[in-house]
Amino acid sequence: MSTSARYWREIPQRYRLEAGKCKGCGKVWFPPRVICPACGGRVFETVRLAERGKVTTFTVIRTAPREFADEVPYAIGIVELDGGVPIQCQIVDCAPEELAIGMPVRIEFRKVKEEGEPGILCYGYKAVPVR
Amino acid sequence: MRDVAVLGIGLIKWGELWEKSLRTMFAEAALNAIKDAGVDHIDSMYVGCMSSGLFVGQEHLAALCADYLGMGPVPATRVESACASGGVAMKAGYIEVASGMSDIVLVGGVEKMTDVDGSGATSALAGAADVEYEFYNGVTFPGLYAMMARAHMQKYGTTRRQLAAVPVKSHDNGLLNPHAQYQMKITIDQVIGAVKVADPLTILDCSPITDGAAAVILCPLEMAKKISKKPAVKITGIGHATDTIALHQRRDVAWLDAAEKSAKAAYKMAGRKPSDINLCEVHDCFSISEIMAIEALGLVEPGKGGPASEAGETAIGGRIPINTSGGLKSKGHPVGATGVAQICEVTAQLRGEAGQRQVKGARCGMTQNMGGTCASSVVHILEVA
Repeated sequence: MSTSARYWREIPQRYRLEAGKCKGCGKVWFPPRVICPACGGRVFETVRLAERGKVTTFTVIRTAPREFADEVPYAIGIVELDGGVPIQCQIVDCAPEELAIGMPVRIEFRKVKEEGEPGILCYGYKAVPVR
Repeated sequence: MRDVAVLGIGLIKWGELWEKSLRTMFAEAALNAIKDAGVDHIDSMYVGCMSSGLFVGQEHLAALCADYLGMGPVPATRVESACASGGVAMKAGYIEVASGMSDIVLVGGVEKMTDVDGSGATSALAGAADVEYEFYNGVTFPGLYAMMARAHMQKYGTTRRQLAAVPVKSHDNGLLNPHAQYQMKITIDQVIGAVKVADPLTILDCSPITDGAAAVILCPLEMAKKISKKPAVKITGIGHATDTIALHQRRDVAWLDAAEKSAKAAYKMAGRKPSDINLCEVHDCFSISEIMAIEALGLVEPGKGGPASEAGETAIGGRIPINTSGGLKSKGHPVGATGVAQICEVTAQLRGEAGQRQVKGARCGMTQNMGGTCASSVVHILEVA
């Protein structure tokens, strides 16, 4: 279970898709990094990722971790956002049969899970098909 | 650097071992290796273990294992690299012998996985992925490999039946291995029709939750030739590589870059090429893993892992026997022990001690052990010296 500091620390990424754009080579990293693996640059500009993209691979989870046990079956995929940055997230508002590689999606802010005994709400990003 | 040999190997029967604790399993496997080696002491030891902290709440494992092996005060070191912990511990033990720092080194691997429930095991194993940016979203390890399978099917045309051919072959081999957890035959239709875990993978595409341990004794090759009557097995090549921790950040989700790089390094060190390999133990944590591993190791052409598996090329008696032990699927996958057990199998094969699963005339064998979604891969090449 996360402490509040651990959860709070990731909020810029989970709520706003904030990434680090390397001032040296221009590559965008999500989540942001301390050093650019491409060029070794140490100076980054905060940018927000595109909220549209396409599914590059996916699965339907049918045996889930405890916190997601009530959600099965649910889809998870890798989404390549416009601009080329890949993220992994759930794909929702979509029947399993509709899922396809290349499917266009938009990213929405959603509840991801309830954590621990008190059921603390944890939020993040999920992909929704663009129809 | 000195030449290094595998002097002894030790296994226990793997399974859901409710009666055995982590320390008991480790000591039993290690004592079997010491007996097989015919030595009366060790100079140092390494223990590969992924997550004793989450599985049984025990850390400081190296000291615990040395203590319960009755070998204190030998120096003991734990090595963690997720499911590649055992293979990376092997590399550490090799370096210690090759460097001349120690002569007789025990390398063990252990994982006690059934003291937590299935959900607890799933959560512990999830630590091998990116906990904040993969696991947070509700993905599981079968889910991550399912996404790799889907990408591989899209890119190369790999079929559901080809995936199923892998666990069917693993179980055929495991039937012949007395240490295997699941000694039973399965069919392609059973694999395809089994309970779905993460589409397109079913429960029979997945390696099981296993309690187990394995150990080997390493020493200088010259010493092995003097003190052992068994054929000397030399470690001729080691390669080790890493990749992004998160699957979605990979260059190509349908290819195991770290496995390819670790294999290339091992081939180079050994002066060998894929066609020199007589048998190979690969990390078949899922059916798709074996297909992708044999491609990355150059044992089949890219994209041909599925057709090769379906055609029987990887069976005992086939062109390149893969996972003669039964692999992770049938033999079991106590994560920290797996990489060490792979060395035990290849050593037994090279000694001609593999019984009904013996690959005839085996002179050169290979192991490939990986962690996470292949964010770590370690390859060993062993040869009859």
